[in-house]
Amino acid sequence: MEVAYYPGCTLKTNAKVFEESLINAFNKIGIKLKELNKWYCCGTVYSLATDNLMYRLAAIRNLIKTKEEGFSKLIVPCSICYNTLKQANLMAKEDEEAMAKINAFMDEEPDYDGSVEVLHPLQILAMKLDEIKRMVKKPLNKNYACYYGCLLLRPKEVAIDEYEMPTIMEKLVEALGGSAVNFPLKNECCGSYNVVSNKEAVVDRVYRIITNARKNNADAIITSCPLCHFNLKEMQKEVKKLHPDFVEMPVYYFSELMEKAFKEG
Amino acid sequence: MSLLSKVEELSGQNLYACYQCGRCSAGCPMADEMDLLPNQVILLTIRGDESVVEAKTPWICAQCYQCAVRCPKNVDIAKIMEALRLIKLRKNIDYIKLEKIKKNLPQIALVAGARKYTG
Repeated sequence: MEVAYYPGCTLKTNAKVFEESLINAFNKIGIKLKELNKWYCCGTVYSLATDNLMYRLAAIRNLIKTKEEGFSKLIVPCSICYNTLKQANLMAKEDEEAMAKINAFMDEEPDYDGSVEVLHPLQILAMKLDEIKRMVKKPLNKNYACYYGCLLLRPKEVAIDEYEMPTIMEKLVEALGGSAVNFPLKNECCGSYNVVSNKEAVVDRVYRIITNARKNNADAIITSCPLCHFNLKEMQKEVKKLHPDFVEMPVYYFSELMEKAFKEG
Repeated sequence: MSLLSKVEELSGQNLYACYQCGRCSAGCPMADEMDLLPNQVILLTIRGDESVVEAKTPWICAQCYQCAVRCPKNVDIAKIMEALRLIKLRKNIDYIKLEKIKKNLPQIALVAGARKYTG
């Protein structure tokens, strides 16, 4: 089976390991992720202003490309890209007036009607747990804290799972032979783009989140967001400066665990 | 146009729906960094208190939508924060100077920061 896949900017640079491990892991369960021939930056964080549709164009244009390339579903691994494309698609389905303006403005491209289904890879994996179990060569045998952060779950209209009590990542970890620990802060924001302007606030959030994972006996923390990954991983060095007793914790993308568990020998 | 009308227009939210239960502030992961709690932002905006436009809070908000999903009155506070940011940004008053960012940050952080902190 071949499915269209939208990488976004960071999977091609800082999060290259996310892209590679995801493509490999999906290949192992018989799904080929086909990168769109042409794609654009989604614009990252979704614009919330009522009166400016310009910020929606990039996201809509990617959805048009998906249709033009003959696909009806689009897999989006980065949590921020997923959120932005999914919210834009929802607008395309529900807001006729806005779409009339956007379609008129983008008159060189076909009109868009919201018919592409935007999916996160975890949603596909949730339907493939038996295949995943069969592919496991080396069960993980460790404790993992599954960190969702904000944009896989909120706003609730775009949530990939129950937005206050998600378990979709935990089920994947268990299928791979690992243990998913209780993790109360799993859907609490890491501070996101505050790292640009107010790093100290992010350092403090990371301290709280990792300490909470540690308290619940996690050996590592997993995520699907390149920004959460960056904050959780890189800011631990700063946490260590403020709290010398702090013990650092490895941070992985969920797809890295799949690759690890699927590896022979 | 009054501050309240401006915020209502930009956010599409009815601020009078808020009955100050404080659930937004209780769940906000960034609240302890803010100078005004999210519910206080709503209260001051309703009162027409312009100081809310100068507050740190809208810039600390990380648009995580925790407040929005927990509000019992379905007020989307994330949109109110965006409206307050836009009141400054649309006057060409940026919150950060992009050229001063020297840290080695991934694009996802830089683009998001540029989108939220600059006009």
